Amino acid sequence: MIGSGTLRALAALLSGAIFGLGLAISGMMNPAKVIGFLDVTGDWDPTLAFVMGGALLVTVPAFRIISKRQRPVLADGFELPRKRAVDASLVGGAALFGVGWGLVGFCPGPAVAALATGLTPVFVFVAAMVSGMAIHRQLFEGRD
Amino acid sequence: MENFTPLSGLVGGLLIGLSVALLLVLNGRIGGISGIVGGLLAFGGSDLGWRAAFVAGLVLGALAYALSAGGASLIEVRASLPVLVVGGLLVGFGTRLGSGCTSGHGLCGLARFSRRSVVATAVFFGVAILTVFLTRHVL
Repeated sequence: MIGSGTLRALAALLSGAIFGLGLAISGMMNPAKVIGFLDVTGDWDPTLAFVMGGALLVTVPAFRIISKRQRPVLADGFELPRKRAVDASLVGGAALFGVGWGLVGFCPGPAVAALATGLTPVFVFVAAMVSGMAIHRQLFEGRD
Repeated sequence: MENFTPLSGLVGGLLIGLSVALLLVLNGRIGGISGIVGGLLAFGGSDLGWRAAFVAGLVLGALAYALSAGGASLIEVRASLPVLVVGGLLVGFGTRLGSGCTSGHGLCGLARFSRRSVVATAVFFGVAILTVFLTRHVL
């Protein structure tokens, strides 16, 4: 008999694999392509907008339908973000993230997925990213 | 616009959307990568299993594509070592401070019509665009 924790892990594995595949297919795993979108005054590559558009085409209706459920299929309840206020942490954090993203062209998902390439710069970035997360945890510990 | 690949972008995007929808309906969790990875740092946490599985899946999914693409050089990382470190630290710290990243705020948050996510997404896109402009065309 497979335990519910194992089922959730399998579901997460499947979800992650589809996410990673999507990142690779869309080109979003490639920092040069992402920067191509962010470089609005340069040789502009609008692909990222199509990636987000495609994703939202699914998530907007899907989330609406899913929110009508009492509970998820494999868990007792939904774990949704609880904060409502637009505060300094939100804006400040987003700004810091934006600088890092603009400097390298990697955000968390693509960076982790790109570990599959085995390239050293990716490992350096991910190590730094995890360190940055750990620093935040240390400084603001209590709750994530 | 010679690098514009709308079709593969759209298809990849649909898959990404599908994956976060699956995570929500099956596990009840938001598919925000900074949150999933950040939560892995809680070494004593009880839900490490699904987080580790998701991260493993991320790498495996990308690997599957890389192998089928004949191992061609899929990505180009131009940043120097110091920039990689600084950028990584900022992305790690910033996404935790700001409670999310492109997938968490930009896809899941927007799909939930969260005002916090609309603001966060506008801020990190705007700042990223400005950063690229400054580093590419000014400095």
